[in-house]
Amino acid sequence: MPRLLPYLLLLPATAFLCLFFLYPFVQVAHDSVMRNGVYTLENFSRMAGHWKFSTAFWNTMILAAVVVPIQLAMALTMASIVTKLQRGRSTILYIFAIPLGISDLAAGLIWLSVFEQSGFLNSLLVGLGIVDRPILLLGYQNTWIIFIAIVLAEVWRATAIMMVILVAGMGLIPKEYGEAADVFGASRWQKFRRVTLPMLKPSLQTALILRVILAFEVFAVVVALGGTQLPVLMSETYHWQFAMQERGVAAAFAMVILGVSVAFTILILRLLHVPKGARV
Amino acid sequence: MSVTSVRRAGNRVFIAGVALLILWVLLPIWLLFVNALSAPAEVTGFPKRFIPSFDLASLSFFFGFSGVVDALWNSVKVAALTMILSIGVGAPAGYALSRFDFPGKETFRFLVVMTRAFPLPLLALPLAVMFIRTGLDDTITGLALVHTTLALPFAVLITFSLFSGIPLELEEAAWTLGCTRLQAFTKVILPLAAPGIAASAVFAFVISWNEVFAAAVLTIENRTLTAFLLQSIDVSPLPLKFAGGAALVLPALFFIFAVRKYLFAMWGIANR
Amino acid sequence: MAVIEIKQVAKTFGSFTALHSVDLTIADQEFMVLLGASGCGKTTLLRIIAGLETPTTGEVWIGGRRVDHLPPRERGIAMVFQNYAVFPHLTVFENIAFGLRMKKMDQAEVTRRVNRTAELMHIEQLLKRYSGELSGGQRQRVAVARALAMEPDVILMDEPLSNLDALLRLEMRAELKGVLAESKTTTIYVTHDQVEAMSLADRISVMNGGRIVQAANPVEVYRNPAARFVGSFIGNPPMNFLKAEPAGAGKWQVAGQVFDGPAAAAAEFAIRPEDLHPAEAGLPAEVRVVEPLGPHTLITASVAGQPFRAVLESNLLPAPGDMLRLAPVPDRIRWFDPATQSAL
Repeated sequence: MPRLLPYLLLLPATAFLCLFFLYPFVQVAHDSVMRNGVYTLENFSRMAGHWKFSTAFWNTMILAAVVVPIQLAMALTMASIVTKLQRGRSTILYIFAIPLGISDLAAGLIWLSVFEQSGFLNSLLVGLGIVDRPILLLGYQNTWIIFIAIVLAEVWRATAIMMVILVAGMGLIPKEYGEAADVFGASRWQKFRRVTLPMLKPSLQTALILRVILAFEVFAVVVALGGTQLPVLMSETYHWQFAMQERGVAAAFAMVILGVSVAFTILILRLLHVPKGARV
Repeated sequence: MSVTSVRRAGNRVFIAGVALLILWVLLPIWLLFVNALSAPAEVTGFPKRFIPSFDLASLSFFFGFSGVVDALWNSVKVAALTMILSIGVGAPAGYALSRFDFPGKETFRFLVVMTRAFPLPLLALPLAVMFIRTGLDDTITGLALVHTTLALPFAVLITFSLFSGIPLELEEAAWTLGCTRLQAFTKVILPLAAPGIAASAVFAFVISWNEVFAAAVLTIENRTLTAFLLQSIDVSPLPLKFAGGAALVLPALFFIFAVRKYLFAMWGIANR
Repeated sequence: MAVIEIKQVAKTFGSFTALHSVDLTIADQEFMVLLGASGCGKTTLLRIIAGLETPTTGEVWIGGRRVDHLPPRERGIAMVFQNYAVFPHLTVFENIAFGLRMKKMDQAEVTRRVNRTAELMHIEQLLKRYSGELSGGQRQRVAVARALAMEPDVILMDEPLSNLDALLRLEMRAELKGVLAESKTTTIYVTHDQVEAMSLADRISVMNGGRIVQAANPVEVYRNPAARFVGSFIGNPPMNFLKAEPAGAGKWQVAGQVFDGPAAAAAEFAIRPEDLHPAEAGLPAEVRVVEPLGPHTLITASVAGQPFRAVLESNLLPAPGDMLRLAPVPDRIRWFDPATQSAL
């Protein structure tokens, strides 16, 4: 009995993950190469052949490439601040963590209130006399403003998750190392660069993997702020599944997102590899 | 400049930076609530005031809008079911991982951690078909099952770290004092882990409450609030959007406050 | 009231063997100490007796009943843990009452027993507190009281004093000895502290590498180590060992001196540092370090190129570099077989 007990306890979770995680992914892979009952790559060629595909693909990539580094820098700053604070630490941590609980759709709506034509940004611009009357910020002729709005919303919403991981990681680094660096005459920046950052690698790994994957999944923020004017991979997937009723092509999109996610996960694991003996 | 004045200047920069970051986080939320607490005419009007008029017309318009109350209620039901399922399924697994060494343990942990390297909402696509076959399509249960898949890895990892934080000695002491395994768990481990388990339950609730893609894919009639807002986003007027956004955000503020102590348990363990 | 018999108990963790076929019998009401360095298997053996670990092979009998297949709760034991394991969510009273409540004892009896053991351990004024409000020493007392309240046949203690500071440890040691003698239970006590072992034990089992090397009363273990390991582990400073060359017919030459010894093919000479005194003739020792410790002086020297320690009277203060002649007390000399490491 005691030998079987752990398996008994794991059984529900394992069954659940097999049924709702492994099986669907096998299924989606299967769907992506199946069309009218025959195995074919036609779904992929239809996907790649559509004029929106490369736009959606590159929008997603560029968005991730812009958003993730900004978030990394901000999350590191916020985590350093929280770690350094003596008074008010828990309050400020709570405030910094608030966006963690906010859905991407809500974040999109929040930034919509800033960027829409009668929104707060226009009110401010007019109030300051920079423009005479409100301008249409989120229109098709200013795709770059939509892009900026999405970047802001993403940075605003999803930096918190990285910050919390990094704060936890910094908490695991014993204070003595920083003090030792002080004794050996390191400046603040040197201390951060040479002691904190290398020791933070495992947390950075976790944070980056999570964040990059979420960045490829960007969806509701884009829809809320740009409608269909700035296609991304996830919104195209949704579009093919619903509007076009083409499950095969939607599955092909899913495989692309999956492929990119796995590739980047492996890349991050490689780049930030920490040998077993060198961990805190 | 003397050393102290340099330090004082540095401190000022530091405090200003903190203040700026706080503003960066809170201001957008404030603006959303300004819109939600102003009359519809003010919401669509121009220019905007940065202080709400505390007119509840937007909110009453939102709650009176056909389908909103149902969607809200659906969101609560799905999230509650997700919470129960993910803890019910995840906590035993977390306990097993923290207390036993057995062949296959690393494989299971790998399976759990791997889920985070996949864009999980995508699995709603094939599940939509499976649900139609099993009659789970467009149901609260079906969506809760998918949301549980999203929340389960977190539930497992959080409870794993919680149970690992309770010394095995306490449980062993209970055994030597006459407890069966189950009694030791209910009399010693559960009272100690309860607040953390509650926090991870809240976290599961938030994951479900906020999820958009799977909810939009899997529900048609029984839409959750996020699905409702997304699917009507092209046609709904601004006051409706902002009131809806506020309705999504408000619970999140309380939830994050409730689990703030456990934010680290969720992630600290993920680094090992 | 119980005899404990351990029959050929072995335990392996994967490819690591923690215990090699251990046999040990502990008499009723005996105070048995398992002594050894960390990793010697002493805690594993205790946990097997408690039922927290299952032996890979072998049998455990408590009070004439085979228990190795039984869970801890059915073995009639109580245990005191290294980190005390005082339940943080219960008051001291409820902690002590925990085991009694599991036995469904009526409230009057629970109260009576809790009060009695609390009094015995001098914690009656702490009954309403929680573990977080107690000092380490107080927690220790609660843990012992909780075990005593069960009135068990056997009390198992896993390094119970190792987390206390030195003074408190001394105080608790004396108190434990009194309380446990009075309770008339059989006690098995695990420690790595030899002073603790010597002061508490009726018998000490010295363990090394998953084996019991010697099980005997403290004086015997100290005076007549059954193996080289026991001599080198017990005593502070431990025994000195020197190479010996056969000099014919039970005679051995050690550092130029000839001693009577066993008739054997090979032998190693051993002497405790306090069994030496300066003399005209003796082992030639070149003094390296001199440590005056008050009651006596500790000399670290080199005898025929091998490290050697001697505890001398404190009025003797040689200087580093001096040559001393140290004569061993003849009947305190011990001999070990270099091949088997056991006493000759």
